[in-house]
Amino acid sequence: MKENDVILRTVTRAVVFIILTFGVELFLSGHHNPGGGFVGGLVLSSALVLLYVVFDIETVHQGVPFDFRKIAAFGAVISLLSGTGAAVLGKPFLTQGFGYFDLPIFGLTELATVTIFEAGVALTVIGTVVTIILSISKDV
Amino acid sequence: MYAVFVIFLPFIMAALLPPVHRLIGDRLIGWYVMAVPLILFAALVRLIPRIADGEIVSASYAWIPDAGIDLAVRIDGLGMIFALLITGVGTLVALYSIYYLSPRESLGHFYVYLLLFMGAMLGVVFSDNLMLLYTFWELTSISSFLLIAFWYHRKGSRYGAQKAMLITVMGGVSMLAGFLMLYFMTGTFSISEIIGMRESLSGAPLLIPAMVLILLGAFTKSVQFPFHIWLPDAMEAPTPVSAYLHSATMVKAGIYLVALFTPLFGGLESWFWSLSIAGIVTLLWGAFNAMKQNDLKALLAYSTISQLGLIMSLLGFGSVALSESAAGDPTAYAAAGFAAFFYLLNHSTFKGLLFMVVGIVDHEIGTRDIRRLGGLMSFMPVTFTFAVIGSFSMAGLPPFNGFLSKEMFFGAAVDVASGQPFAGGAEVLFPVVGWLASVFTFVYCTIIVYRTFLGPSQPEKIDRVPHEAPKGMLVAPGILAALVIVIFFFPNVVGKYVIGPAMSVMFPELSRQADLVPKIEAWHGFNLPLLMTFGVIALGLLLFITFRHWKKVYRVAPFRWTMDSIYRSMLGAGEAGSTILTDLYMTGRSRDYFAFIYLFFLVTVGGMLFLTGAFDPDFTRGPVGIFEISFVIIMAFAAIAMLFVRSRITATLLNGVLGYSVAIFFVFFRAPDLALTQTVIETVTTVLFLLCFHFLPEWKPEDSPLRTKVVNGIIAVGAGTLVTAFGLTVQGYDVYESISGYFEDSYKLAGGSNIVNAILGDFRAFDTMLEVVVLFIAGIGVYTLIALKPKKGGDDVEGK
Repeated sequence: MKENDVILRTVTRAVVFIILTFGVELFLSGHHNPGGGFVGGLVLSSALVLLYVVFDIETVHQGVPFDFRKIAAFGAVISLLSGTGAAVLGKPFLTQGFGYFDLPIFGLTELATVTIFEAGVALTVIGTVVTIILSISKDV
Repeated sequence: MYAVFVIFLPFIMAALLPPVHRLIGDRLIGWYVMAVPLILFAALVRLIPRIADGEIVSASYAWIPDAGIDLAVRIDGLGMIFALLITGVGTLVALYSIYYLSPRESLGHFYVYLLLFMGAMLGVVFSDNLMLLYTFWELTSISSFLLIAFWYHRKGSRYGAQKAMLITVMGGVSMLAGFLMLYFMTGTFSISEIIGMRESLSGAPLLIPAMVLILLGAFTKSVQFPFHIWLPDAMEAPTPVSAYLHSATMVKAGIYLVALFTPLFGGLESWFWSLSIAGIVTLLWGAFNAMKQNDLKALLAYSTISQLGLIMSLLGFGSVALSESAAGDPTAYAAAGFAAFFYLLNHSTFKGLLFMVVGIVDHEIGTRDIRRLGGLMSFMPVTFTFAVIGSFSMAGLPPFNGFLSKEMFFGAAVDVASGQPFAGGAEVLFPVVGWLASVFTFVYCTIIVYRTFLGPSQPEKIDRVPHEAPKGMLVAPGILAALVIVIFFFPNVVGKYVIGPAMSVMFPELSRQADLVPKIEAWHGFNLPLLMTFGVIALGLLLFITFRHWKKVYRVAPFRWTMDSIYRSMLGAGEAGSTILTDLYMTGRSRDYFAFIYLFFLVTVGGMLFLTGAFDPDFTRGPVGIFEISFVIIMAFAAIAMLFVRSRITATLLNGVLGYSVAIFFVFFRAPDLALTQTVIETVTTVLFLLCFHFLPEWKPEDSPLRTKVVNGIIAVGAGTLVTAFGLTVQGYDVYESISGYFEDSYKLAGGSNIVNAILGDFRAFDTMLEVVVLFIAGIGVYTLIALKPKKGGDDVEGK
């Protein structure tokens, strides 16, 4: 049965970018406001899931040619390794540091190592969610 | 630093091996591996003078300081003997394997396992922390498993590897229990500190149980009767591995453990009897069974079992020196300990040599079955010479090192039989049994030489034309053969520089009072040990000549018994039992699993609340507004309606109602992070549901019997009630001081004003990290379950 989903496709094309931007915004704002790596990753993966639902897997794969299993593994490794730096410096494993830096353009900015950790979390979430959904849908 | 480097060099080189292998190829990779033990051997030899002066090279780094586990490394005289064997024999075995293994084998795996084993074994003998020792101990079992199963396509290899693993790990775990008891008694994991507390520990109630458990570890590893059964099956490993792990090093880890703990347990009556009796029985049983083997490697395996029993009994005899009630000169008893180390060294030389000889025969002739061999002397003169040297040394004949140590064994057995201080009487049997076992040893040594190299040639039973091995393959056994002879002529150098320091570790106080290094002499007059050797030769030759006539004895119980049947029936019973248990609850219906989970929850949590009388609902908190009430009504409606809907899609949507309502509650209670996450999760889950929709079975009304329905209903209602009650109770509980005050400083401590994320990413980052890993594993699990499931009409992997 061929469905007429012109509206859905058209809306998706615009909405996906809003969701993706929102996901990145959530990820970055997590330090001080609601958000963070986990929910940011979830929102980003839900944007991808929307793409997969609306368009078919091959089409999306042309635009987003990643192996999501590797992304999940990469994320898990990042969050593991982000703790070793502290261990090398003699602090307990996974101790996070932060500091305030005067950067050009951005002005006084807070930089925190927790962002690396959270990036690992986000990548694992994206990788795992998309892997699960893709494996189930490919199984049809 | 130096000491730690010694242990970790093999591991580092093992990690670097795959890229190096790619770079230099199969032909050179063996030389790369050989460099590791060679460098370490040279480094250790340079340390010998310092160690011989009584110096101890040690280093310690905090590893898990909270648990008292340190990376404590200690190079003393005792560890040194073993380390010299590990690196020395390791070098020769690596050299030998270069010629033995065909480049078609997966050399990369082989050498990584070998280096892994080498590092683990060095770790065992150099650890000064019980937990570190245990870790390396199990790592030797694991690398041994990998090496035995190297030819994993063979059924025998897999069986042998599993058997070795099960038995040695069983012993390892009981040893761990013994270690924990020691920790409980002393409060430290440091071995040198525990040994120092010898006096204060005497009479402690846990001392004997700890001793038994530790001995279990030592006996399983060092193949003492009845745990010896894994060694013959381990012979499925490539011959260099058998020469290295299963004769020269790993099986001696148990000897090391016993020697290490001799200062602590030595002098105890039970220690003496366990070691002596286990050792003597193993000695006799191994030698007796070695004679009937047709496979040369199996013969060597039983002879290794027998000789490890001999060393173990010598350590038992030597421990008498630490007993306060021992009559006479304690140094005389300590000589047995000296003999143990001397025999240990000699055994590694002649047994390593013999394994290499058998490997050469197997490699060049294509079989090691003595029924098909014979008359190889004229084809393989060099190998024959090596075989004679190794066998005669093992049989205890001059001018080979085995003669010296066997005489010392006879001497020690006679000494202990005439004057050990404990009640008993069995000790008079020790020299008799030891002598009988030596006769058997003589017989099987003759079998090795005669049936392989002398006697009639049987070219029709072998596939290849016999010829001498390539020169490179003869280098390693040649060095060992030379050592066998050199040690005979210069035994006192070894005694002074290698064994003496170990003696002062094993008998710390005694060695300060007297010199524990006896002068070893090849000619010591016509005394009892020498007469015993003459008897061995005479009776041994007689038994060998008449072997055909009395061979029938192996068909008579108890001589035909092997302990294998016990192992097999235990393994079978274990498998059958776990199948029954698993079938009991693995019904294949998720409804049953939910019932189990909730029932368990009800019994444990509910039972606990009921028993402790902790149920104390608190209705005083906060006003409940109109919004909350209306959403509770909506949720209750959705939940109840789900029971009665007729299509799955409605149920899915109702479930969504529940999820989004929970998100709204989070908004009410001002938890924006949770609300956000809940909303997104609910969305993704709904998509998942829709994807799975296709596969789910038809939604049909429940047709289970009324009793099941009632039971399930009770469980469901009970679980719901319990959760509610639990929530209300927790509200009213202020037993512990709240820790949320700590997190309020998140801006100062973690630089972030979002407390939730500061907790997740900073304060409790370890939890989050593990959750990420679990999430990843779950994803991989889903992927593999789906990607690897059998195609329709394909093989049913579940076998049902």
